[in-house]
Amino acid sequence: MTPLVGYLLLSAMLFAIGLAGALTRRNAIIVLIGIELMLNAANLNFIAFWRFSEHPEALTGIMFVIFSIGVAAAEAAVGLALIIAIYRHYKTSNVDEMDSLKG
Amino acid sequence: MVWIVKNLWLIPALPILAAGLSALAPQRCRKLSSTLAIGSMVVSFLLSLCAFAHTLQHGGHGAEAKEYFNFPWFEFAAGSAGVLQLGWVLDPLTAVMLVMVTFVGLLIFIYSVGYMAHDENFTRFFCFMSLFAGAMLGVVIANSLLLLFISWELVGLTSYLLIGFWYHKPSAAAAAKKAFITTRVGDVLFFLGIMWLYSQTGTLLFYDNGAGCLEQSALAGMVAKATGIGMAVSTAIGLLIFAGAVGKSGQVPLHVWLPDAMEGPTPVSALIHAATMVAAGVFLVARVYPLMGAHAEGAAAETSALQVVTWIGAITAVFAASIAVAQNDIKRILAYSTVSQLGYMMMGLGVGGVAVGMFHLITHAFFKALLFMGAGSVIHGCHDEQNIRHMGGLKKFMPVTFATYAVGMLALCGFPLVFSGFWSKDAILHSAHGWSVSKIPFLLGVAGAFLTAFYMTRQVALVFFGQNRATHSVGTHSTASHSTSSKVGDAVERVPTDPHESPAVMTWPLIILAACAIGLSVIGTPAWPWFQSFLGQHHGETGFTSDVISLMALSSVIVFAGLGVGWWLYGRKPIQKAGEPEVLEKLPLGMHAWFAKKYGIDELYEMTVIRFNAWSAKACAFLDEWVWGGVVLLVSYAILGCSFVSRFFDELVINLGFDQSCDGVTRGGKFMSRLQDGRVQNYLRIIGVALVVLVLFLIWGGGK
Amino acid sequence: MTIPFAIIAVLTIAAAVGAMMLRNLVHCSLALVVAFVGLAAAYLQLDAQFVGFAQVLVYVGAVAILIVFAVLLTRGGEAPEKSVFSSSWIWGTLVAAGVFGMLAWTINNSFASQREPAEKVEATVKQIGDALMTKFVLPLEVIGLLLTAALIGAVIIAMKEEKK
Repeated sequence: MTPLVGYLLLSAMLFAIGLAGALTRRNAIIVLIGIELMLNAANLNFIAFWRFSEHPEALTGIMFVIFSIGVAAAEAAVGLALIIAIYRHYKTSNVDEMDSLKG
Repeated sequence: MVWIVKNLWLIPALPILAAGLSALAPQRCRKLSSTLAIGSMVVSFLLSLCAFAHTLQHGGHGAEAKEYFNFPWFEFAAGSAGVLQLGWVLDPLTAVMLVMVTFVGLLIFIYSVGYMAHDENFTRFFCFMSLFAGAMLGVVIANSLLLLFISWELVGLTSYLLIGFWYHKPSAAAAAKKAFITTRVGDVLFFLGIMWLYSQTGTLLFYDNGAGCLEQSALAGMVAKATGIGMAVSTAIGLLIFAGAVGKSGQVPLHVWLPDAMEGPTPVSALIHAATMVAAGVFLVARVYPLMGAHAEGAAAETSALQVVTWIGAITAVFAASIAVAQNDIKRILAYSTVSQLGYMMMGLGVGGVAVGMFHLITHAFFKALLFMGAGSVIHGCHDEQNIRHMGGLKKFMPVTFATYAVGMLALCGFPLVFSGFWSKDAILHSAHGWSVSKIPFLLGVAGAFLTAFYMTRQVALVFFGQNRATHSVGTHSTASHSTSSKVGDAVERVPTDPHESPAVMTWPLIILAACAIGLSVIGTPAWPWFQSFLGQHHGETGFTSDVISLMALSSVIVFAGLGVGWWLYGRKPIQKAGEPEVLEKLPLGMHAWFAKKYGIDELYEMTVIRFNAWSAKACAFLDEWVWGGVVLLVSYAILGCSFVSRFFDELVINLGFDQSCDGVTRGGKFMSRLQDGRVQNYLRIIGVALVVLVLFLIWGGGK
Repeated sequence: MTIPFAIIAVLTIAAAVGAMMLRNLVHCSLALVVAFVGLAAAYLQLDAQFVGFAQVLVYVGAVAILIVFAVLLTRGGEAPEKSVFSSSWIWGTLVAAGVFGMLAWTINNSFASQREPAEKVEATVKQIGDALMTKFVLPLEVIGLLLTAALIGAVIIAMKEEKK
């Protein structure tokens, strides 16, 4: 079995890649994809720590991840609905142009 | 205090008030201004009669019958010496002058209503005339030398205004300036005398319960002191004050303004330059007579300022009479005659005392005003012709004027017994004859009498006798224009127009004055020297001594001689045309040219005094522009330099300090605003960085 | 590091990188699907079979489809001429690299990651179901509510506006 560090590093790398995409891409949907990747990396982290924990019969990690998946799905739905609504208003999905919160 | 003495100030105040109201009235209210002027003079005349009656009943004999009223004007230092007092005095001298000035003034005002009727500046004329009358009356009643000086200056001002009444004429404006400046020379010396007197005696009041400057204690003090040149202080002050009188009364050498002053309207000449203002100088000497005559104990009575007065008066009398012989302007002859008669008055004051001089002043006022007004009537009737060579034969055109003029002329010459001029001039000659210093003033007076008779006869002959020589260049003088009678067409026509008699408003004053010229002789004859004793001259002899009769005979002979020569030269074969040569030109040594050119005094003054004045004015202008102006320029440049430096510094400071800090703030703000660009990705980046920083803090900082 | 794990790791990371860097949005979502599948394989390797299949069902079957729909609905027909990356992409990359560096460093230096795995782990569906109904019943109900709210919210947000 690969050691815990491997899984953790994989999770960290996925998180960083997701973050990089979210911070650099111009399209809002890609930003959401990055966020989903980040969430998944966190889920992987949970499962890995559950598998290598002292009391795996408590199923804590699995529970957490199940709920996390659920929440991520809901959030993806709402986020994409928002993007569609914004697209309808601004006729663009370029995050650089959605700066009406400019102070 | 008697009511009249306390309210003596009303006499000058009413005409001044009338002048003020006239000044406020618009030009078209002619009746209002003349009514105000004449009305105020009537009231002043009545008040003067009250004052005169008061002095009469109050034991008017003797010089001690003075009543005065003083009041403090303002204080400039503590103590009695620091208070300037003013006041008025009522004594016989004041009383007779008041009556004369108001009466003659009233008659002249009435005359002016007719003379100036066609002038458009009627209102202004009466305003100035009232102002003059008020100022002259102020001179008369003043008990304080300061109040006298104030009124004196006001008289000079109104004289200037009235001489230059037709200011559009450059000759009139120049004459007004000349009059003012020449009298100013005298006034400066007068003022020096006032200041000196004040420093010596500490008071400027004439009579003040023994403390006045004409009273015994002050006089004694001044006589005792001596100035650096050996003269007593009282003499020196007296001479300085006399200098003012020299200017105002037109004595040599300050006589040059009086003939030019004839540029003014004839009523002005009559009032100011015959009867009143020029008499103010004589009046001044009479007023400060105690000072003039003050002399040390033991010395003869004639070692005082009165000597100088006499000499100047005598010289002036002959000087002016000789010039009058060669003049051709009707008013100028009368002007020189006035100068000459003023010389007589001064001489009379010097040799005979207050009463002698003042008697001649009073009589002269009446007949000289009469003569001037008659001349005005002649000018008016001849349509503004003033050259006697262009007149002639007016006897039949203007009978009333001729009759009154003849009365005045005979009074001036001193025709014996009937006319007042004879008695007053005789009194002067009598006193001059008895002068202990020298007989020369007497001889000069006799010569002057001869010349007076001569030139007056010449004038009357040329104006009223013979035939009319008018050249009918009508319309040359538009300033004193008047609509002539219907006989004349308009001004362009060259039709010979006959001279006409003046209207009644002008002739009645002439008649009244003629009556006075005769009537006044009554009060001063040796048979009843009422006037002399009234004015305090105790050696007014009663009765005809042999001295008196011989002098009367001498002066009569002189007068007849003058009349005879004049008639022989001018009246016997009157000249036919204006262009005929003057008889006197045949006199040897070019004397006639000298007379006609007024001895070149004007030219002499022009070359010396006026040139010097112009030069010093130029020097002052240069000084002002370059020296003081240079200083001002320097200061202004210095301030400019300072301001330049300060601006330079200010800009640098702003640039380095304030602007930079503002730029810094702006840049900082711009930088900061980039944090809030509304772009979510940037916010996320910052969150990422914050996360890293936070974790590092936790690991290295707080955690285990 | 076992071989399967290495293969899965490489696959997942390549897919993730691809999802983040491809130009075409549909390609990105497909790469994302591959990443999800790789993660599911990792879950299977970690004896969390239920989670792995739940991952495939939910993520691949729903979220990825949702993303594809969104891509299709926001196309607008524009071909991206400009770069797909924002103008300051270097900063984002640096931040992500910093985060990864920090995480990696933390992982390597913590002793929590030096654990040994348990011998055999059993996480049957029955156990999961039991736990859901007893111990985790509250989160279950709450997530039900959450999903309902999200569903309604998404519908309302994405609904076409009424024409006035």
